[in-house]
Amino acid sequence: MENLINIFVKSIFIDNMIFAYFLGMCSYLAVSKTVKTSMGLGIAVVFVLGITVPVDYLINKYLLTAGALTWISPALADVDLSFLSFIMFIAVIASMVQLVEMVIEKFSPALYSSLGIFLPLIAVNCAILGGSLFMQEREYASVAEATSFGLGSGVGWFLAIVGIAAIREKIRYSNVPAPLKGLGITFIITGLMGIAFMSFMGIKL
Amino acid sequence: MSNNRESLFSAKNRKLLLTPLSKENPITIQVLGICSALAVTVKLQPAFVMAVSVMAVLAVGNVLISALRKTIAPRIRIIVQLVVIASLVILVDQVLKAFVYDISKQLSVFVGLIITNCIIMGRFEAFAMSNKPWPAFLDGIGNAAGYGLILIIVAFFRELFGSGTLWGYKVIPQGFYEFGYKDNGLMILPPMALIVVGIIIWVQRSKDKELIEDK
Repeated sequence: MENLINIFVKSIFIDNMIFAYFLGMCSYLAVSKTVKTSMGLGIAVVFVLGITVPVDYLINKYLLTAGALTWISPALADVDLSFLSFIMFIAVIASMVQLVEMVIEKFSPALYSSLGIFLPLIAVNCAILGGSLFMQEREYASVAEATSFGLGSGVGWFLAIVGIAAIREKIRYSNVPAPLKGLGITFIITGLMGIAFMSFMGIKL
Repeated sequence: MSNNRESLFSAKNRKLLLTPLSKENPITIQVLGICSALAVTVKLQPAFVMAVSVMAVLAVGNVLISALRKTIAPRIRIIVQLVVIASLVILVDQVLKAFVYDISKQLSVFVGLIITNCIIMGRFEAFAMSNKPWPAFLDGIGNAAGYGLILIIVAFFRELFGSGTLWGYKVIPQGFYEFGYKDNGLMILPPMALIVVGIIIWVQRSKDKELIEDK
Protein backbone atom coordinates (compact mmCIF):
# COMPACT_ATOMS: atom_id res chain seq x y z
CA MET A 1 0.00 0.00 0.00
CA GLU A 2 2.74 2.41 0.96
CA ASN A 3 4.45 1.58 -2.28
CA LEU A 4 1.33 2.52 -4.26
CA ILE A 5 1.08 5.89 -2.54
CA ASN A 6 4.75 6.49 -3.25
CA ILE A 7 4.27 5.85 -6.95
CA PHE A 8 1.20 8.06 -6.96
CA VAL A 9 2.89 11.02 -5.29
CA LYS A 10 6.05 10.56 -7.32
CA SER A 11 4.19 10.64 -10.63
CA ILE A 12 2.29 13.77 -9.63
CA PHE A 13 5.13 15.92 -8.38
CA ILE A 14 8.52 14.54 -9.32
CA ASP A 15 7.93 12.88 -12.68
CA ASN A 16 5.28 15.36 -13.68
CA MET A 17 4.13 14.70 -17.26
CA ILE A 18 4.35 18.34 -18.30
CA PHE A 19 7.26 19.73 -16.35
CA ALA A 20 9.60 16.77 -16.47
CA TYR A 21 8.71 15.13 -19.80
CA PHE A 22 6.74 17.73 -21.76
CA LEU A 23 4.05 15.22 -22.62
CA GLY A 24 0.73 16.50 -23.88
CA MET A 25 2.15 19.95 -24.55
CA CYS A 26 0.05 20.50 -27.67
CA SER A 27 -3.31 20.39 -25.93
CA TYR A 28 -1.75 21.94 -22.84
CA LEU A 29 -0.90 25.07 -24.83
CA ALA A 30 -4.03 25.08 -26.95
CA VAL A 31 -6.71 24.52 -24.30
CA SER A 32 -5.25 26.45 -21.35
CA LYS A 33 -6.88 29.78 -22.13
CA THR A 34 -9.56 29.54 -19.43
CA VAL A 35 -9.68 27.62 -16.16
CA LYS A 36 -13.06 26.08 -16.91
CA THR A 37 -12.20 24.32 -20.14
CA SER A 38 -8.81 23.26 -18.88
CA MET A 39 -10.52 21.70 -15.86
CA GLY A 40 -12.69 19.64 -18.25
CA LEU A 41 -9.74 18.46 -20.28
CA GLY A 42 -7.72 17.74 -17.15
CA ILE A 43 -10.43 15.52 -15.67
CA ALA A 44 -10.81 13.69 -18.98
CA VAL A 45 -7.06 13.02 -19.05
CA VAL A 46 -7.06 11.64 -15.48
CA PHE A 47 -9.97 9.42 -16.44
CA VAL A 48 -8.47 8.06 -19.65
CA LEU A 49 -4.98 7.57 -18.18
CA GLY A 50 -6.49 5.71 -15.24
CA ILE A 51 -8.10 3.27 -17.67
CA THR A 52 -5.61 2.89 -20.49
CA VAL A 53 -2.44 2.42 -18.44
CA PRO A 54 -3.70 -0.70 -16.59
CA VAL A 55 -5.25 -2.12 -19.78
CA ASP A 56 -2.01 -1.60 -21.67
CA TYR A 57 -0.17 -3.11 -18.72
CA LEU A 58 -2.19 -6.32 -19.01
CA ILE A 59 -1.73 -6.43 -22.78
CA ASN A 60 1.97 -5.85 -22.42
CA LYS A 61 2.35 -8.50 -19.74
CA TYR A 62 0.19 -11.24 -21.22
CA LEU A 63 0.63 -10.69 -24.95
CA LEU A 64 3.67 -8.67 -25.92
CA THR A 65 6.81 -9.15 -23.83
CA ALA A 66 9.24 -11.95 -24.52
CA GLY A 67 7.81 -15.23 -23.23
CA ALA A 68 4.47 -13.63 -22.39
CA LEU A 69 2.48 -16.12 -24.40
CA THR A 70 3.43 -19.16 -22.28
CA TRP A 71 -0.05 -19.13 -20.73
CA ILE A 72 -1.40 -20.32 -24.08
CA SER A 73 1.14 -23.04 -24.62
CA PRO A 74 4.73 -23.57 -23.47
CA ALA A 75 5.81 -23.84 -27.09
CA LEU A 76 5.36 -20.09 -27.47
CA ALA A 77 7.96 -19.28 -24.82
CA ASP A 78 10.43 -17.63 -27.20
CA VAL A 79 7.95 -15.45 -29.08
CA ASP A 80 8.72 -11.76 -28.56
CA LEU A 81 6.07 -9.42 -29.88
CA SER A 82 7.28 -6.29 -28.14
CA PHE A 83 7.97 -4.55 -31.46
CA LEU A 84 4.18 -4.45 -31.89
CA SER A 85 3.67 -2.47 -28.70
CA PHE A 86 3.33 0.97 -30.36
CA ILE A 87 0.54 -0.10 -32.65
CA MET A 88 -1.20 -2.12 -29.92
CA PHE A 89 -1.07 0.74 -27.41
CA ILE A 90 -2.37 3.32 -29.83
CA ALA A 91 -5.17 0.98 -30.90
CA VAL A 92 -6.12 0.38 -27.27
CA ILE A 93 -6.08 4.10 -26.55
CA ALA A 94 -8.16 5.02 -29.59
CA SER A 95 -10.75 2.33 -28.88
CA MET A 96 -10.81 3.00 -25.12
CA VAL A 97 -11.43 6.68 -25.75
CA GLN A 98 -14.26 5.79 -28.09
CA LEU A 99 -15.69 3.35 -25.55
CA VAL A 100 -15.42 5.78 -22.65
CA GLU A 101 -17.13 8.40 -24.77
CA MET A 102 -20.05 6.08 -25.51
CA VAL A 103 -20.40 4.92 -21.90
CA ILE A 104 -20.40 8.48 -20.57
CA GLU A 105 -22.89 9.57 -23.19
CA LYS A 106 -25.23 6.76 -22.17
CA PHE A 107 -24.99 7.04 -18.41
CA SER A 108 -24.20 10.63 -17.62
CA PRO A 109 -25.32 13.16 -20.24
CA ALA A 110 -24.29 16.02 -17.93
CA LEU A 111 -20.70 14.76 -17.70
CA TYR A 112 -20.76 14.07 -21.43
CA SER A 113 -21.71 17.61 -22.29
CA SER A 114 -18.79 18.93 -20.25
CA LEU A 115 -16.18 16.31 -21.23
CA GLY A 116 -17.54 15.25 -24.61
CA ILE A 117 -15.64 17.59 -26.90
CA PHE A 118 -12.36 16.82 -25.20
CA LEU A 119 -12.45 13.05 -25.47
CA PRO A 120 -11.60 12.74 -29.19
CA LEU A 121 -8.74 15.21 -28.63
CA ILE A 122 -7.31 12.91 -26.03
CA ALA A 123 -6.72 9.99 -28.40
CA VAL A 124 -3.80 11.90 -29.88
CA ASN A 125 -2.60 13.47 -26.63
CA CYS A 126 1.01 12.40 -26.13
CA ALA A 127 0.50 12.19 -22.38
CA ILE A 128 -1.73 9.16 -22.80
CA LEU A 129 0.56 7.18 -25.08
CA GLY A 130 3.51 8.44 -23.06
CA GLY A 131 1.94 7.04 -19.90
CA SER A 132 1.70 3.60 -21.46
CA LEU A 133 5.22 3.73 -22.84
CA PHE A 134 6.72 4.83 -19.52
CA MET A 135 4.76 2.08 -17.81
CA GLN A 136 6.34 -0.41 -20.22
CA GLU A 137 9.82 1.03 -19.77
CA ARG A 138 9.72 1.14 -15.97
CA GLU A 139 8.39 -2.40 -15.64
CA TYR A 140 5.91 -1.98 -12.82
CA ALA A 141 5.33 -5.12 -10.79
CA SER A 142 1.54 -5.29 -10.67
CA VAL A 143 -1.64 -3.88 -12.16
CA ALA A 144 -2.22 -1.89 -8.99
CA GLU A 145 1.15 -0.13 -9.38
CA ALA A 146 0.44 0.61 -13.03
CA THR A 147 -2.99 2.02 -12.16
CA SER A 148 -1.59 4.23 -9.45
CA PHE A 149 1.08 5.46 -11.87
CA GLY A 150 -1.60 6.19 -14.50
CA LEU A 151 -3.84 8.08 -12.11
CA GLY A 152 -0.92 9.98 -10.59
CA SER A 153 0.35 11.12 -13.99
CA GLY A 154 -3.16 12.22 -14.86
CA VAL A 155 -3.50 14.25 -11.68
CA GLY A 156 -0.09 15.83 -12.29
CA TRP A 157 -1.16 16.85 -15.78
CA PHE A 158 -4.44 18.18 -14.40
CA LEU A 159 -2.61 20.34 -11.83
CA ALA A 160 -0.28 21.71 -14.46
CA ILE A 161 -2.98 22.70 -16.94
CA VAL A 162 -5.26 24.27 -14.33
CA GLY A 163 -2.30 26.19 -12.91
CA ILE A 164 -1.21 27.61 -16.23
CA ALA A 165 -4.80 28.46 -17.17
CA ALA A 166 -5.21 30.47 -13.99
CA ILE A 167 -1.97 32.34 -14.67
CA ARG A 168 -2.94 32.99 -18.29
CA GLU A 169 -6.29 34.44 -17.23
CA LYS A 170 -4.48 36.95 -15.03
CA ILE A 171 -1.64 37.73 -17.38
CA ARG A 172 -4.04 38.96 -20.03
CA TYR A 173 -4.17 42.22 -18.10
CA SER A 174 -0.42 42.60 -17.80
CA ASN A 175 1.85 44.54 -20.04
CA VAL A 176 3.80 41.77 -21.77
CA PRO A 177 6.21 42.81 -24.56
CA ALA A 178 4.26 42.49 -27.83
CA PRO A 179 6.37 39.77 -29.48
CA LEU A 180 6.09 37.61 -26.37
CA LYS A 181 2.31 37.84 -26.12
CA GLY A 182 0.37 34.61 -26.22
CA LEU A 183 2.61 31.68 -27.00
CA GLY A 184 5.99 33.09 -25.99
CA ILE A 185 5.06 34.09 -22.47
CA THR A 186 3.20 30.82 -21.94
CA PHE A 187 6.38 28.90 -22.69
CA ILE A 188 8.41 30.99 -20.29
CA ILE A 189 5.82 30.72 -17.51
CA THR A 190 5.69 26.96 -17.98
CA GLY A 191 9.46 26.89 -17.67
CA LEU A 192 9.30 28.87 -14.44
CA MET A 193 6.57 26.58 -13.09
CA GLY A 194 8.79 23.66 -14.01
CA ILE A 195 11.64 25.15 -11.97
CA ALA A 196 9.23 25.54 -9.06
CA PHE A 197 8.16 21.92 -9.39
CA MET A 198 11.78 20.84 -9.34
CA SER A 199 11.91 21.71 -5.68
CA PHE A 200 9.93 18.52 -5.11
CA MET A 201 12.88 16.50 -6.38
CA GLY A 202 14.44 16.51 -2.95
CA ILE A 203 11.65 14.35 -1.57
CA LYS A 204 12.91 10.84 -0.98
CA LEU A 205 10.29 8.21 -1.70
CA MET B 1 -6.25 21.18 -59.06
CA SER B 2 -5.22 21.64 -62.67
CA ASN B 3 -3.70 18.84 -64.61
CA ASN B 4 -1.07 21.02 -66.25
CA ARG B 5 2.31 19.53 -65.69
CA GLU B 6 4.34 21.89 -63.62
CA SER B 7 8.04 21.52 -63.10
CA LEU B 8 9.10 19.66 -59.98
CA PHE B 9 10.54 22.71 -58.30
CA SER B 10 8.20 25.43 -59.50
CA ALA B 11 7.84 28.54 -57.38
CA LYS B 12 4.79 27.08 -55.65
CA ASN B 13 6.56 23.88 -54.71
CA ARG B 14 9.60 25.75 -53.49
CA LYS B 15 7.30 27.75 -51.27
CA LEU B 16 5.92 24.54 -49.77
CA LEU B 17 9.43 23.56 -48.88
CA LEU B 18 10.61 26.88 -47.49
CA THR B 19 7.76 28.60 -45.60
CA PRO B 20 7.70 26.01 -42.80
CA LEU B 21 11.28 26.97 -42.01
CA SER B 22 10.28 30.45 -40.87
CA LYS B 23 6.84 31.96 -41.41
CA GLU B 24 4.88 28.78 -40.79
CA ASN B 25 7.30 27.01 -38.54
CA PRO B 26 5.53 24.01 -37.00
CA ILE B 27 6.87 24.64 -33.52
CA THR B 28 6.97 28.38 -33.05
CA ILE B 29 3.96 29.36 -35.17
CA GLN B 30 1.66 26.39 -35.69
CA VAL B 31 2.42 25.06 -32.16
CA LEU B 32 2.54 21.43 -33.25
CA GLY B 33 4.78 18.68 -31.98
CA ILE B 34 6.12 20.46 -28.93
CA CYS B 35 5.96 17.36 -26.77
CA SER B 36 8.84 15.49 -28.26
CA ALA B 37 10.68 18.60 -29.37
CA LEU B 38 11.65 19.71 -25.90
CA ALA B 39 12.60 16.47 -24.26
CA VAL B 40 15.26 15.37 -26.73
CA THR B 41 17.20 18.62 -26.90
CA VAL B 42 19.70 18.16 -24.08
CA LYS B 43 22.38 17.17 -26.61
CA LEU B 44 22.77 17.83 -30.32
CA GLN B 45 23.12 14.22 -31.36
CA PRO B 46 19.77 12.85 -30.14
CA ALA B 47 18.06 16.02 -31.36
CA PHE B 48 19.48 15.45 -34.82
CA VAL B 49 18.48 11.78 -34.85
CA MET B 50 14.99 12.73 -33.70
CA ALA B 51 14.69 15.36 -36.45
CA VAL B 52 15.75 12.86 -39.10
CA SER B 53 13.31 10.24 -37.78
CA VAL B 54 10.43 12.69 -37.84
CA MET B 55 11.40 13.74 -41.34
CA ALA B 56 11.36 10.14 -42.56
CA VAL B 57 7.97 9.42 -40.98
CA LEU B 58 6.40 12.67 -42.10
CA ALA B 59 7.63 12.59 -45.70
CA VAL B 60 6.79 8.93 -46.31
CA GLY B 61 3.51 9.20 -44.40
CA ASN B 62 2.45 12.30 -46.32
CA VAL B 63 3.10 10.52 -49.62
CA LEU B 64 1.19 7.40 -48.53
CA ILE B 65 -1.81 9.31 -47.23
CA SER B 66 -1.82 11.53 -50.27
CA ALA B 67 -1.73 8.50 -52.58
CA LEU B 68 -4.55 6.87 -50.63
CA ARG B 69 -6.57 10.04 -50.16
CA LYS B 70 -9.30 9.11 -52.63
CA THR B 71 -9.89 5.68 -51.11
CA ILE B 72 -10.01 6.71 -47.43
CA ALA B 73 -13.57 7.23 -46.20
CA PRO B 74 -13.70 10.45 -44.14
CA ARG B 75 -15.24 8.73 -41.11
CA ILE B 76 -12.39 6.31 -40.57
CA ARG B 77 -9.55 8.58 -41.64
CA ILE B 78 -8.14 9.04 -38.13
CA ILE B 79 -7.73 5.29 -37.67
CA VAL B 80 -6.16 4.93 -41.11
CA GLN B 81 -3.76 7.77 -40.37
CA LEU B 82 -2.83 6.29 -37.01
CA VAL B 83 -2.15 2.89 -38.57
CA VAL B 84 0.08 4.44 -41.24
CA ILE B 85 1.99 6.48 -38.65
CA ALA B 86 2.31 3.63 -36.17
CA SER B 87 3.70 1.24 -38.79
CA LEU B 88 6.22 3.82 -40.01
CA VAL B 89 7.29 4.58 -36.45
CA ILE B 90 7.80 0.88 -35.73
CA LEU B 91 10.09 0.74 -38.77
CA VAL B 92 12.04 3.80 -37.63
CA ASP B 93 12.33 2.41 -34.10
CA GLN B 94 13.70 -0.91 -35.34
CA VAL B 95 16.20 0.85 -37.61
CA LEU B 96 17.39 3.08 -34.76
CA LYS B 97 17.74 0.09 -32.44
CA ALA B 98 19.77 -1.74 -35.07
CA PHE B 99 22.16 1.04 -36.08
CA VAL B 100 22.41 3.66 -33.33
CA TYR B 101 21.47 1.69 -30.23
CA ASP B 102 22.91 4.16 -27.70
CA ILE B 103 20.96 7.10 -29.06
CA SER B 104 17.83 5.00 -29.33
CA LYS B 105 18.21 4.27 -25.60
CA GLN B 106 18.60 7.99 -24.86
CA LEU B 107 15.50 8.86 -26.86
CA SER B 108 13.63 6.15 -24.89
CA VAL B 109 9.89 6.59 -25.20
CA PHE B 110 10.14 9.61 -27.45
CA VAL B 111 10.59 7.55 -30.60
CA GLY B 112 7.25 5.90 -29.84
CA LEU B 113 5.77 9.27 -29.16
CA ILE B 114 6.35 10.30 -32.78
CA ILE B 115 3.01 8.49 -33.27
CA THR B 116 1.15 11.12 -31.32
CA ASN B 117 3.33 13.97 -32.55
CA CYS B 118 0.73 16.49 -33.63
CA ILE B 119 2.88 17.69 -36.55
CA ILE B 120 2.29 14.42 -38.33
CA MET B 121 -1.46 14.19 -37.80
CA GLY B 122 -1.74 17.92 -38.43
CA ARG B 123 0.03 17.78 -41.78
CA PHE B 124 -1.90 14.68 -42.85
CA GLU B 125 -5.17 16.44 -42.10
CA ALA B 126 -4.27 19.87 -43.39
CA PHE B 127 -2.26 18.98 -46.45
CA ALA B 128 -1.86 15.37 -47.53
CA MET B 129 -5.60 14.63 -47.55
CA SER B 130 -6.19 17.24 -50.25
CA ASN B 131 -3.03 17.33 -52.32
CA LYS B 132 -1.03 15.19 -54.73
CA PRO B 133 1.86 13.02 -53.55
CA TRP B 134 4.74 15.20 -54.80
CA PRO B 135 3.61 18.45 -53.13
CA ALA B 136 2.72 16.37 -50.09
CA PHE B 137 6.26 14.99 -50.03
CA LEU B 138 7.74 18.49 -50.21
CA ASP B 139 5.37 19.69 -47.52
CA GLY B 140 6.46 16.80 -45.32
CA ILE B 141 10.16 17.51 -45.84
CA GLY B 142 9.63 21.24 -45.31
CA ASN B 143 7.69 20.90 -42.08
CA ALA B 144 10.01 18.29 -40.68
CA ALA B 145 12.94 20.56 -41.54
CA GLY B 146 11.27 23.47 -39.75
CA TYR B 147 10.77 21.22 -36.74
CA GLY B 148 14.34 19.96 -36.93
CA LEU B 149 15.70 23.49 -37.24
CA ILE B 150 14.17 24.54 -33.90
CA LEU B 151 15.27 21.27 -32.30
CA ILE B 152 18.84 21.84 -33.40
CA ILE B 153 18.91 25.50 -32.32
CA VAL B 154 17.59 24.59 -28.87
CA ALA B 155 19.93 21.64 -28.55
CA PHE B 156 22.90 23.78 -29.66
CA PHE B 157 22.40 26.29 -26.87
CA ARG B 158 21.53 23.70 -24.24
CA GLU B 159 24.53 21.52 -25.01
CA LEU B 160 26.95 24.44 -25.37
CA PHE B 161 26.02 26.12 -22.10
CA GLY B 162 24.89 23.03 -20.23
CA SER B 163 27.78 20.68 -20.81
CA GLY B 164 30.34 22.81 -22.69
CA THR B 165 30.35 20.37 -25.60
CA LEU B 166 28.92 20.24 -29.13
CA TRP B 167 28.09 16.90 -30.74
CA GLY B 168 29.92 15.31 -27.80
CA TYR B 169 33.21 17.19 -28.43
CA LYS B 170 34.57 19.68 -25.91
CA VAL B 171 34.41 23.17 -27.39
CA ILE B 172 34.91 25.37 -24.36
CA PRO B 173 38.68 25.49 -23.76
CA GLN B 174 40.04 24.08 -20.51
CA GLY B 175 41.52 27.51 -19.72
CA PHE B 176 38.05 28.94 -19.19
CA TYR B 177 37.36 26.41 -16.47
CA GLU B 178 40.65 27.26 -14.79
CA PHE B 179 39.51 30.88 -14.66
CA GLY B 180 36.41 29.78 -12.82
CA TYR B 181 33.93 29.28 -15.68
CA LYS B 182 31.31 26.67 -14.81
CA ASP B 183 28.87 24.77 -16.98
CA ASN B 184 25.35 25.91 -16.27
CA GLY B 185 23.63 22.86 -14.83
CA LEU B 186 20.23 24.48 -15.17
CA MET B 187 20.46 24.27 -18.97
CA ILE B 188 20.36 20.48 -18.83
CA LEU B 189 17.19 20.42 -16.76
CA PRO B 190 13.83 20.28 -18.54
CA PRO B 191 12.45 23.75 -17.68
CA MET B 192 15.23 25.52 -19.58
CA ALA B 193 14.08 23.93 -22.84
CA LEU B 194 10.77 25.74 -22.46
CA ILE B 195 12.46 29.01 -21.70
CA VAL B 196 14.87 28.68 -24.65
CA VAL B 197 11.93 28.02 -26.99
CA GLY B 198 10.13 31.01 -25.47
CA ILE B 199 13.14 33.18 -26.27
CA ILE B 200 13.34 31.84 -29.83
CA ILE B 201 9.68 32.78 -30.29
CA TRP B 202 10.42 36.21 -28.89
CA VAL B 203 13.31 36.80 -31.28
CA GLN B 204 11.40 35.50 -34.28
CA ARG B 205 8.33 37.60 -33.58
CA SER B 206 10.23 40.78 -32.93
CA LYS B 207 11.90 40.37 -36.33
CA ASP B 208 8.63 39.68 -38.12
CA LYS B 209 5.91 41.92 -36.74
CA GLU B 210 3.15 40.15 -38.67
CA LEU B 211 3.44 37.16 -36.40
CA ILE B 212 2.64 39.02 -33.19
CA GLU B 213 -0.58 37.81 -31.56
CA ASP B 214 -2.73 40.81 -30.72
CA LYS B 215 -4.78 40.00 -27.69
